[in-house]
Amino acid sequence: MSSIGTGYDLSVTTFSPDGRVFQIEYAAKAVDNSGTVIGIKCKDGIVMGVEKLITSKMMLPGSNRRIHSVHRHSGMAVAGLAADGRQIVARAKSEATNYESVYGEAIPIKELAQRVASYVHLCTLYWWLRPFGCGVILGGYDRDGPQLYMVEPSGISYRYFGAAIGKGKQAAKTEIEKLKLSELTCREGVIEVAKIIYKVHDEAKDKAFELEMSWVCDESKQQHQKVPDDLLEEAKVAARAALEEMDAD
Amino acid sequence: MNFMASTQPENRLLGPQSDSQRTLYPYVTGTSVVALKYKDGILMAADMGGSYGSTLRYKSVERMKPIGKHSLLGASGEISDFQEILRYLDELILYDNMWDDGNSLGPKEVHNYLTRVMYNRRNKFNPLWNSLVLGGVKNGQKYLGMVNMIGVNFEDNHVATGFGNHLARPILRQEWHENLSFEDGVRLLEKCMRVLLYRDRSAVNKLQVDVFLKMAPNQIYSLAKLLWSLT
Repeated sequence: MSSIGTGYDLSVTTFSPDGRVFQIEYAAKAVDNSGTVIGIKCKDGIVMGVEKLITSKMMLPGSNRRIHSVHRHSGMAVAGLAADGRQIVARAKSEATNYESVYGEAIPIKELAQRVASYVHLCTLYWWLRPFGCGVILGGYDRDGPQLYMVEPSGISYRYFGAAIGKGKQAAKTEIEKLKLSELTCREGVIEVAKIIYKVHDEAKDKAFELEMSWVCDESKQQHQKVPDDLLEEAKVAARAALEEMDAD
Repeated sequence: MNFMASTQPENRLLGPQSDSQRTLYPYVTGTSVVALKYKDGILMAADMGGSYGSTLRYKSVERMKPIGKHSLLGASGEISDFQEILRYLDELILYDNMWDDGNSLGPKEVHNYLTRVMYNRRNKFNPLWNSLVLGGVKNGQKYLGMVNMIGVNFEDNHVATGFGNHLARPILRQEWHENLSFEDGVRLLEKCMRVLLYRDRSAVNKLQVDVFLKMAPNQIYSLAKLLWSLT
């Protein structure tokens, strides 16, 4: 559903007659063009996965990280303009360390999400700033257990059981809804996330991709870290096998 | 007539305003830390006392803390400054961990960072009133260094702070050798700490002894604080 702004879309400080801010919607389009990013909340933690589209064969695997640690207990997966994403991550890190130095404890994930969302929203209020062209999935583990938040370029932030952004988000959301998240452990969740990403990857439009995954769970001692290599391999193998099974039908 | 009756000094360094911003003397202090390299890593010992002037006020102060995966930091001098240093290092290690790239700061890097911090504070006439011992093992390489409040730093096979320099180092110079076993190392440290207990008035008879093992670099094992009753 695309509408032409015709004059109401030139600035983020202009509303259209039907009450929309087109610049923010265009920013969201930038997110929709990027590789899929998904996050799920399992019973003992959060798993996040990114479909990192490889634009050049010269790229070193493991470079261009899309998932960043924000603090010991939380991490962010970014979709959309990578440089914009770096800014958001930098801001989140700074908010987290600032909270800790003032209050003496790790920032609660809800608070972190609110601060990140405020920051993203800030950039939609002034004509001299442009909105961030990236959406962020924030996962963390604090006193209230594992939590998953998503922040959109408009500055909206909600808490989710499962979230997806990027190219394959519709297909990914359908897949996530099929999972029984409250019964999955993070170990199982890693396999499921890998399967979903392999499934929603469009072989026709984009050739190669690299799978990047991270988790925060009891097994990782509530620290945000890359999924260990052996488990990642296991997940990739399972995902490829599931794809072949599907293709065989 | 001179209307400038205010006492604003031209040289900010000497004004009454700036004095309250500088450390002039320490309040709660820890005494010596002694450390040596042994066959498998580093052994470090410090007592658990925090003196308030001549009063032996606090008797369960942990003056040694692990830093990151590879190092151990022991401090003598002002305890609150030690706590501040721990905060700096905590942030340093946090940012290092957030890269999540398989690399981590080793003892040499941490020692260098501390030296910079101490020296720069000293140059601003606002020192962190500590003598620090930094030891650790990374990739099988042992490292043991010291840095004090004026920024003097060096690396050696055995180091000590404060009274330890006068009482413990001579013993270590005589009896330390390459490839000390764990038991010999502990015995040597105990000998040093005993002399310090006899002769240093601010020493306390409760010790914290930590080990950094080459073989298992992620383990620091605290020889649960030995309690001696020596009268």
